[in-house]
Amino acid sequence: MKVKPEGLRGAANICSRGGRHPLTAMFGADETSFGGGYAVYCLFENKEKHDIDILKAEFDAGSDLHYPALTPVLPAAAWYERELHDMFGFIPDDHPDLRPLVLHETYPEDFHPLRKCVDIDADVRGERKYEMAVSHGDGLFEVPVGPIHAGIIEPGHFRFSQAGEAILQLDAKLFFTHRGIEKAVEGKTPEEALLIVERICGACSVANTLSYCQALEKLSGQNVPRRAWLIRTIAAELERLYNHIGDTGNMCAGVGFAPVISMGSRLKEILLRCNEAIAGNRFLRGLIVPGGVKYDLTESLCTELTVALTKVENEYNDIVQIIAEQDGFLNRAKTTGIISKNVALDLALVGVGARASGVDCDCRRDLPYGLYAELPFNVITKTDGDVYARLQVRMGEVAESITLIRKALKLLQQDDSQLHCGELAYKTLTGSWGISESARGSNLHWLMLDADGCIERLFIRSASYPNWPALTIAVQGDIIPDFPLINKSFELCYACLDR
Amino acid sequence: MLKLLQGILANKITTEDVTTSGAPRMRGQLTCGTDCNGCAKCAAVCPTGAVALCDGKPVLDYKRCLFCGKCVEACAAGALLHTDIDTLPEILTDVQMTIEREIRAKLGRSLHVRHLDAGSCNACDFEMGALSNPLYDLHRFGIAFVASPRHADMIMVTGVVTRNLAQAVQMTYEAMEEPKLVMACGACAASGGTYGSTYAIVGALDKVLPVDIAVPGCPPRPSAMLIALTAAADLLKKRL
Repeated sequence: MKVKPEGLRGAANICSRGGRHPLTAMFGADETSFGGGYAVYCLFENKEKHDIDILKAEFDAGSDLHYPALTPVLPAAAWYERELHDMFGFIPDDHPDLRPLVLHETYPEDFHPLRKCVDIDADVRGERKYEMAVSHGDGLFEVPVGPIHAGIIEPGHFRFSQAGEAILQLDAKLFFTHRGIEKAVEGKTPEEALLIVERICGACSVANTLSYCQALEKLSGQNVPRRAWLIRTIAAELERLYNHIGDTGNMCAGVGFAPVISMGSRLKEILLRCNEAIAGNRFLRGLIVPGGVKYDLTESLCTELTVALTKVENEYNDIVQIIAEQDGFLNRAKTTGIISKNVALDLALVGVGARASGVDCDCRRDLPYGLYAELPFNVITKTDGDVYARLQVRMGEVAESITLIRKALKLLQQDDSQLHCGELAYKTLTGSWGISESARGSNLHWLMLDADGCIERLFIRSASYPNWPALTIAVQGDIIPDFPLINKSFELCYACLDR
Repeated sequence: MLKLLQGILANKITTEDVTTSGAPRMRGQLTCGTDCNGCAKCAAVCPTGAVALCDGKPVLDYKRCLFCGKCVEACAAGALLHTDIDTLPEILTDVQMTIEREIRAKLGRSLHVRHLDAGSCNACDFEMGALSNPLYDLHRFGIAFVASPRHADMIMVTGVVTRNLAQAVQMTYEAMEEPKLVMACGACAASGGTYGSTYAIVGALDKVLPVDIAVPGCPPRPSAMLIALTAAADLLKKRL
């Protein structure tokens, strides 16, 4: 649906159906190079039709890029609109907080890198204002943390406003690892861009590649062979497994529960080695390509994987039992870092973060892709919305993923289709999206190819994007020592978000 | 609790000796056989310019290599192949690398390392985290990750230096005491070519800090990182 800029808020309000259809993504595009103007796209997940509704606001070439902000009616739009403001210079009127998001202090105020008139390697310096949001009042104080942290983790700056021990407010300054990936892929062929897409994030390599490849495959109209989809499914579930199992250990690291940290990291290592056996890379890079997969799963690899899965399953069950018996851990994890269902819906949370707060969503089921429609699995939900609920969702999903991989391995034995559908020809100047469920939630890519078949625009919305703002809400009322635990319970990627 | 103790007893010691080879499909060091006809296709397809032709044979700059396998696919003669062996770190300063066994034999060696993410995709970071798992058990070599640059002998930097992090990278380096080492871990930090050059990227780590050791890989496997770290420990000894 296309609207004029001034009609965007009203139309978006209708598309969201009172919040029932979540705002899945929102991004801009500079379409001046093929006769258009600027555009803002809003993507809503249509829960009834199991599809994505696309709403596009078209701005005339010489327009001042003002439009009524969606944030006052759809809080989930808050960060997207800040990004639109940074990257294109859109001005969402009445936005409650239009501080910079992506571009930090070294950029000039009027620098909008995703405009086509800006060079890809433009090196312009300025002094942008970046103020942290803090609370003021008698006895209140601030605690700054980061961007360089004490552990082996990614960079982000957190500013706590404290009322005694309790966290009153948290502001997160992220996008430190912003590499300009969306600009970097522009003008590249889909194959060249694939290597970069695989490297947006390490822990979501498969999810990002899968979304990207699906968006391309839709443009080609060709079907990916069944065998390729079976292998993709196994890869995607392996990625979920190693993430969830590693995160189970890491959450225990948040409270210093050492034995389980070791157990979790050991199991994760077993899975990473399976990844290397399958794809030649421990993060499964190089396996998934547009049109299929590059490597087959031979019978001996299937056996190897089956043996590893049994070992992982048994030992993970031990971990689950150990945690359930550990009162010290439960005491820290229960009632800590609560996200209520209303907040989860308002912010359009995805993945583990949403499901632990009682939101029943999983794009493998809701927007089925590949072979998930014929591989039934349970969507695990919990209602407490605390750290423990998020851990329990992960524990349930580990079991589901192991079952899914086993089913896919069985189907693989009876299948002798190809690994690749052959040469792909893509439609140009047409928008296309692809989605996949990463370990952290739905991962969406939207892309358009230019007249030469190179990337005109690629928008990457990883699962971490909608979930990051929730973290700042979850910590309110808790204490700083609980922050690492709450942070780990969401386990959001910085690299995926920052791009 | 009983379950926990049982588990610890049943698993015994899981720590492994360091081995530099991986699964058969692993894309490690490249070898070029005698069938090479010098067609230069490998150099043409390399996305980061890691392959150059010297006397008609491909020569690799592993620091730039993403180990994507494109050159091997492009090789019509089938001469260029990936082995399943880790690529070794490059010592950029004037000290020769010592092999791991000799290093282990030496006493009193210790290295305290601070991780610094300069703009990575987090794959290198996760592999660095894996060094502390019971299979690699970094601590047995006298090497430990510390919480502050002020406690560190070396910073281990991952990722291409981004504009948004350049200041933090500089300040972290300045916070360290002399003598100090800098390791560029992974293709991004070592060569800065992964994403090309964009408005948001400053470049490889050597654009902002003096780099002593570069570890190739995308990401480097934990075994390659271990070898690089033990080499760094010796390098530090010579600086003291």
